[in-house]
Amino acid sequence: MTVATETHAEHDHSHDDHAQHGMSNAGYIRIAIILAAMTGLEVSTYYVDFGSLFLPVLLVLMVVKFFVVVSYFMHLKFDNKLFSFCFYAGLFLAVMVYVIALASFKFFAA
Amino acid sequence: MSDVAVHEADHGTHGHTTSTGLSNNKVAMWLFLGSECLLFGGLISTYMLYRGRVSIGPRPGNVFDIPFTSVSSFILLMSSLTMVLAVSAAQNRDDRGTTLWLTVTALLGATFVGGQVYEFTAMYNEGLGFTTSLFGSSFYTLTGFHGVHVTVGIIMLMSLVGIIKRSTVPGDKAEVVELIGLYWHFVDVIWIVIFTLVYLIPA
Repeated sequence: MTVATETHAEHDHSHDDHAQHGMSNAGYIRIAIILAAMTGLEVSTYYVDFGSLFLPVLLVLMVVKFFVVVSYFMHLKFDNKLFSFCFYAGLFLAVMVYVIALASFKFFAA
Repeated sequence: MSDVAVHEADHGTHGHTTSTGLSNNKVAMWLFLGSECLLFGGLISTYMLYRGRVSIGPRPGNVFDIPFTSVSSFILLMSSLTMVLAVSAAQNRDDRGTTLWLTVTALLGATFVGGQVYEFTAMYNEGLGFTTSLFGSSFYTLTGFHGVHVTVGIIMLMSLVGIIKRSTVPGDKAEVVELIGLYWHFVDVIWIVIFTLVYLIPA
């Protein structure tokens, strides 16, 4: 019975974890509205001349959108750090490998 | 002991103990997504290198329909919202809400794939075949791989809807929905990168 009680306790704890995952549905909708607004700003660069800010604005928006989805919709911000390590290790490795590969092909040379 | 057995049968993975204290399925999914970063990183890098290599056929600026692709991108982005609402419903043990949001997500994904098929057809009619130029090859390979990922996601979503309706998911449905949700959101974040680097930043 003791074992059973402990298992129930773990189970309840696990459901508490689900609740801590985060956000209410209204919160998710707010995040989606922010993402939609950022997408609108991205698309506006096609119609409006941003001058020298064109590239930095697009790259910053891309990175922010990426991390907002990963952090909030994929719950990485609220989840165990091991999950973050599994994902960001792959992401970091990919970015490093391909930045070096592109640099070796003189991709970044003006 | 029988209480434990019944409890574990009811709640599936919740009764299991892992060395990390975490769900092995979830760790595996995150590792898989980490490895997918390398796959798409390679495809995106290849496109970046070859997008200017056009000896014959149209150049990127001549074939991209930015307004159309912007709408497709918005649809895929909103499918991430409906997916997270499905996960939320599953965590609240709301089967009806879960199946509803999963179905909406699959429909939005299908709309995106339909848009991609239309885009590919239009580009082909404008003279950009798979072997026309290095730009064409790398573009179709990158966006085609992404489209296949979305299609696989749609198949998983619809399979999950069928499984939930038959109530044959053993244990906690929320984790199963969450795992497929992670895959779906990943497909979305990859498109966020592709949309900017491929479509919005000119060659």
